[in-house]
Amino acid sequence: MNPEELLFAETHEWAHIADQDGGKVATIGISANAVEALTDLVYMDLPAAGTQVTAGNSFGEVESVKATSELYCPVDGEIVDVNTSLPDNLEILNSDPYGDGWIIKVKLSNEDSLAKLLDYAAYQKQCDEAH
Amino acid sequence: MSSVDQLLKTPLHQWHVDHNGRMVEFAGWSMPVQYSSIIEEHVQTRNSIGMFDVSHMGRLYFSGPRIDQFLDSLTTRRIAGVQCGKIRYSLMTNEAGGILDDVLVYHLPNMAGQAFHMMVVNASNRDKIVSWINSWIGETGIHLDDRTTETAMIAVQGPRANAAVKQLSDVDPDSLDYYTGTTTLVCGREAIVSRTGYTGEDGCEIIVDNEHANKVWNEVFELAQSAGGGVSGLAARDTLRLEAGMPLYGHELNEATNPAQTDLNFAIQMKDRKFVGRSSILAARKDQSLPVRVGLELKGRRAAREQCQVYNGDTIVGVVTSGSYTPTLEKSISMAYIDPDFARVGTPLMVDIRGKSNPAMVVELPFYHRS
Repeated sequence: MNPEELLFAETHEWAHIADQDGGKVATIGISANAVEALTDLVYMDLPAAGTQVTAGNSFGEVESVKATSELYCPVDGEIVDVNTSLPDNLEILNSDPYGDGWIIKVKLSNEDSLAKLLDYAAYQKQCDEAH
Repeated sequence: MSSVDQLLKTPLHQWHVDHNGRMVEFAGWSMPVQYSSIIEEHVQTRNSIGMFDVSHMGRLYFSGPRIDQFLDSLTTRRIAGVQCGKIRYSLMTNEAGGILDDVLVYHLPNMAGQAFHMMVVNASNRDKIVSWINSWIGETGIHLDDRTTETAMIAVQGPRANAAVKQLSDVDPDSLDYYTGTTTLVCGREAIVSRTGYTGEDGCEIIVDNEHANKVWNEVFELAQSAGGGVSGLAARDTLRLEAGMPLYGHELNEATNPAQTDLNFAIQMKDRKFVGRSSILAARKDQSLPVRVGLELKGRRAAREQCQVYNGDTIVGVVTSGSYTPTLEKSISMAYIDPDFARVGTPLMVDIRGKSNPAMVVELPFYHRS
């Protein structure tokens, strides 16, 4: 996916919103900036499909040699798909963070949280200002 | 220390910034935690050369009469009468036996061949140790000179480290026994070279005046690169020392811990000696209730971090003090303090990692032995 077409959380997760079966489904991953900052990823803990998630709450964790980071869900809804091959192939997050590195898909229960997400330009600005 | 500008900087600070060093606050210093991949910086140290700026470590020089006896009265290991050229790892304790710091005491010749004493202390404890030592100096006539900010310290570690430094040094580090050192010329500049380190690898450490730090660093860097090595940051230093089973002050060691608990018996010499904290160590050795330092190997890749609790069944039997996934062993390992009833090698335990129970087993320290 083209990162310029994605929405971003301040906590570095991205979301791609698509229409599906009369509702909306968000594909969620973490940004290339986050992957670069974490470096040396060794472990990822993911939830099961069917789990209810809330925007701003943790849905899993990713661990590097140095530290553990929570993964925060950018949307409200139910997890309908999980990229179960990812934890054993974490290098995909380096090679394709916006494509094969997707983490979960969430069927949205509402769209309230979308307005709080940043577009690509605003997210890049946040990352640049952190340096 | 809220502002980066208030942090202390080593003479190599600009080099780190120019070479993609990720600078973080550490004990009041701005230090490179990593340059690229922690795993690569770790592995190059095991396989070739990793070089580290460790100038933040405190360097305290002593002058005056009977320094060895004075330092001997403040350290758990015998310093009095130690031959010139030798370096001793030791603990310093308060009257209650609480560990104030773990230190290296150097008794080395200077360029003129005259013996002197110095001590390398942890950056986080430098002010405390300077005050502590000064509080005991009294009328001894001894003077403590803290030269930390006037000098740089460069650790060159790994199987090819000594061969690289040999090309720059008037003394071949391989000609020094392990934990000995001398004063010599490195890149034509006066330097202390010692066969010491904190990685579990062979190698050496070089102390030079600030004005020569970049010259020495750059020349070592060129040799390290051509040997397939390079610079490594503090994060790799931490995973290296963890694999080597070496304690880190603030994690395995602190003022609430007695040396008797630390499994560092080589650094505790009681016989025919008097030093501050000795009677408390004797008492702690008889106390079978005190938790002791052990190594844990965990199932899976998930790391236990400091403060994770260790269980036997439903009972808490200890706490993790350091833990990480380790690049050389490709395992999740930890150091922990455990109730002695559960500290025997081979004991199966559980570690609570952020709410999830993870199987672990007590294993021998160190986790890693160099071949």
